[in-house]
This record gives sequence, C-alpha cells and structure tokens, in this order.
Amino acid sequence: MLDALQYEFMRNALIAGALAAIACGIIGTYVVVKKMVSVSGAISHSSFGGIGLGYFVGISPVLGALFFTIASALGMGLVIKRTRLPEDTAIGILWAMGMAIGIIFIGLTPGYAPDLFSYLFGNILAVPFSDIILMLILDAVIVAIVAALYKEFLAVSFDEEFGTVTGVPVEALYLLMLCMVALTVVVLIRVVGIILVIALLTIPAALARQFTNDLKKMMLLSIVFGVVLTFAGLWLSYELDLASGATIILLSGTVLLVKLALSRLRGRAKIKETASPEAE
Amino acid sequence: MPGKDVVKLEDVWVQYNGVPILEAINLPIEQDDFLGIIGPNGGGKTTLLKVILGLVTPTQGKVSILGKPPEKSRSKIGYVPQHNLFDREFPISVWEAVLMGRFGKAGLFRRYSSEDKKATQNALQTVGMLDYKSRQLGKLSGGELQRVFIARALVSEPKLLLLDEPTASVDPAMQTEFYEILERLKQQMAIVLVSHDISAISIYVDKIACLNRQLHYHGSKELTPEILEATYKCPVQMIAHGFVPHRVLKEHA
Repeated sequence: MLDALQYEFMRNALIAGALAAIACGIIGTYVVVKKMVSVSGAISHSSFGGIGLGYFVGISPVLGALFFTIASALGMGLVIKRTRLPEDTAIGILWAMGMAIGIIFIGLTPGYAPDLFSYLFGNILAVPFSDIILMLILDAVIVAIVAALYKEFLAVSFDEEFGTVTGVPVEALYLLMLCMVALTVVVLIRVVGIILVIALLTIPAALARQFTNDLKKMMLLSIVFGVVLTFAGLWLSYELDLASGATIILLSGTVLLVKLALSRLRGRAKIKETASPEAE
Repeated sequence: MPGKDVVKLEDVWVQYNGVPILEAINLPIEQDDFLGIIGPNGGGKTTLLKVILGLVTPTQGKVSILGKPPEKSRSKIGYVPQHNLFDREFPISVWEAVLMGRFGKAGLFRRYSSEDKKATQNALQTVGMLDYKSRQLGKLSGGELQRVFIARALVSEPKLLLLDEPTASVDPAMQTEFYEILERLKQQMAIVLVSHDISAISIYVDKIACLNRQLHYHGSKELTPEILEATYKCPVQMIAHGFVPHRVLKEHA
C-alpha cells in the first residue's frame, strides 16, 4: 500500500477518507443516540435528486446535492414535526420522492450522465481535489456548529419534551441537526456513495458506543474508528481489487458484529464465573 | 387575594380528534399547596399536567401560571415526567442530565456557568444523589432515577413542581424516602403529584383532587359525605373495579 501512496489519487483517497470519518464520527454519534437512522437514510437517498439537478443545470453534481439535500432535510423535518403523518411513513415517502426527482432530472439531461455510478456507490479513488476542498469546508462548518451548540444538541437528543419545558428551541434545533446530517451526507457521497452512506453514519458511532458512556468521547472514538476502518477498507479493496466503498462498509460492519459477539461471549463467561465460583 | 394562585385553570377543555380528554376543568393551586391528583389511567392526568406546562393547548378555557400564560412561566416550573419513557441506552451521566435543567437560565449559545454547576450540586445533594454524579443515567435503579429527575426539575429553582406517576417504578421501601424528600420541598414550592396509586398518595399530600375527564376538587383531602357524593360521580370506573377508594376513606375520614 505504501508504494501506492506515490499516486495522487491514493493520497486524495486517504485525505477524503479522513475528512469523511470526521463528519460521520461527530454527526453519526447524534444519528445513533437520537435514533435518527431512518430519517438520515431518507436524507441521504434524497440527495440523489440533487445529483440529478446538478447534471441537469450543468453544475457539479456534488454542489447540486449540497443545496438539494439541505432543502430536503428541512422539508422532511417540517413534515415530521408539523403534520400528522406518522414519522416513518413520512420518511418512506420523502425517501422515494427525492430519488424520483433525481431520475427525472437525469432523464431530462441530454446525453448520458458520466460518473453516475460513482455517486450511487462511491469511488474514493476518484475524488477530485475540488471535492476535497468542499469536504474540508463542510467538516469545518460541522465542527464549528457542534462546538457552539453542544449543550443544545445534547438537550434535544436526550429529551425533546423536557427540553421544550426548559426553553430549548427544540424544533429549530432538530431542523438544524437534520441539516448537519445533510452536510455529512454530501461529505460522504464521494467516499461510499448515496446508497451506502447510512452505514458510515452508523457503524463507527455504534462501535464507539460499545466502549464509552460519554457523548464527547463517543464522537472522538467514532472518528478514530472511522479513519481506521476507511483506511483498512481502502487497503483491502486495493489488495483484493474490490469496489472501495462496499469493501469499507463490509469491513466496518464485520468489525462491529465481531465486537458485539465478543462482548456477548465475555458477558456469558462472567455469569458462569459468578454462578459457580468453585468451578476451578 | 389575586396573584397568590400559582396555577389557575378556568373552564379548560381539551379535545383530541373530537374526543374530550378534559372537560370544564377549574383548578386553583396556591403557592404552598401539596396537591395529589388521582384518577384512572386514561383519565387525563398527564394531559392536565401538559396543559399547565403549555405543551398541550386547550380547545377552550383560560390557563394562567403565576399570572402569565404557561409558555412564559415555564422557567418557574419543575417537571418530572413519567420516567419509564426515556432511553436507558443514551450516553449521559447523572451530572449532565441534571445540569440540563439549567438550560433556561444559561440560554442559547452559552456554556453552563459556575452558578449553574453549583445549583446542580445542590439539587443532587437535596435528593441524596451527589455521590452518583458520574454514573451513567441508564444504569441507575428506578428509585435512584426518580431522585435524579427530581433534581433535574429542582435545579431551575421552580415555584411549582409537577410530578407524573413518580412512584410507578419505585419499590415500596424507596417510596417513603421519596415522599420525605417532597415533604421537605413543599416549604419552598407548590407541588402537584399525579398518580393512579391512591394509597401512597393519600398519606402524604395535603389536598386531593379526583380526575376522570372532569375534575372533582374541594381544596382539602377530607372526604366528607357531600364531597364524596360529588367525587363518586366522577371516577365511576375506578369505584366499580375495586375497593381502593374505600381504603382512602377508612384511613382519613
């Protein structure tokens, strides 16, 4: 792998992986603890509408996705909070509508859409420098907002009703959180693709949760896990000549499952030990 | 003596999808009241608390908390929700959860001040949970959790404390301790405690109201024959299903 580092695309891939890990470590932690996984899945899939819009208007699809995804996150949040539609119904509908918009736009765009596959499934080896700059800016925005509103996000995540009672502007903060998910999705699109984004939003955070009960530590650990898993997945895909995004996801998921299995075995062993102390 | 009432509900109705939840509620609560509201499940107890908190807007009627609409008085209300509803897996310590009660005082974009931290320390001390401050919230027992949630409500130094089914998952030995905490607190604030557990509530509160869509409240807990007659009209299901109300009678009539 070290010899691969002489290539610019490989260096870009590692930078992109690290930037992705930062965004998904921080925001993924909220997604996991506030149980926003399905709404985040809907936001990430709806970003396809923005990719289509980008092709149609003739701007960078990632830039198209940035605006479109924020708009659809806000729309989704408002439908969830202000209508009587059950949350998961709203999520299912908006999930598909976003993708449908993308399909329509791509159909309307003359010629064929280059790289379409890489937006859907990611291609970390083909991240252009301009996208790395965009990812860097989005990471900075995410870190700044979470640093400024840490106490607010904690209150909304833990107990919305009690938050309302103590004067937390719950709805506004919830919408902002969904926008942060949207930003993270855009950061991740290039790395693992729209369809696999949800895995990077959840796996590193879920793994980190196994090791700590503290939200801040969970974010930091989750970033570390994200970096390690992305790099390891990238290396595996390079060695075995497999699709990078999918390899990263499968490796991450496997690590989490192994960790859960080990914890369970250890839990059982402990029970046995306390049940029969004289067994030795 | 106007202005002495902490809570004033006048002819409050709440309907949900056309179904009445609360009907014509009139309820004055004074600043040193310790009021127990009893009634069957589904009788509107939680809704009544949410009306007082301004989380539910009445279909008709007037709500005034400390002379203002509820949304404006929230910072003066401490609320202890039914705690079985929270996520025990949430990564948060006892300290962080209680500190959250100071949000209204700290405000947006500001970090919690040393004053907020001092109030948190005091509130945890009041409920005897200071030694547990670094514990993860979800790992506490029902009784410990209940005390932490009371601390979270107390930390904003409220004038009114609302408790929703506070003894639901607290074992009997802990309950006594729990009521003793409230006994001490009632000097400093009005307390409203909602429960379907009549026997526990009737020993400690000073006044009892009975709620089953309609509220029967007579500003005392002495259940004289006349009051009883009025009260009996309301909790029809409760009376029909058991002898529990009679126990209240025997102990306190």
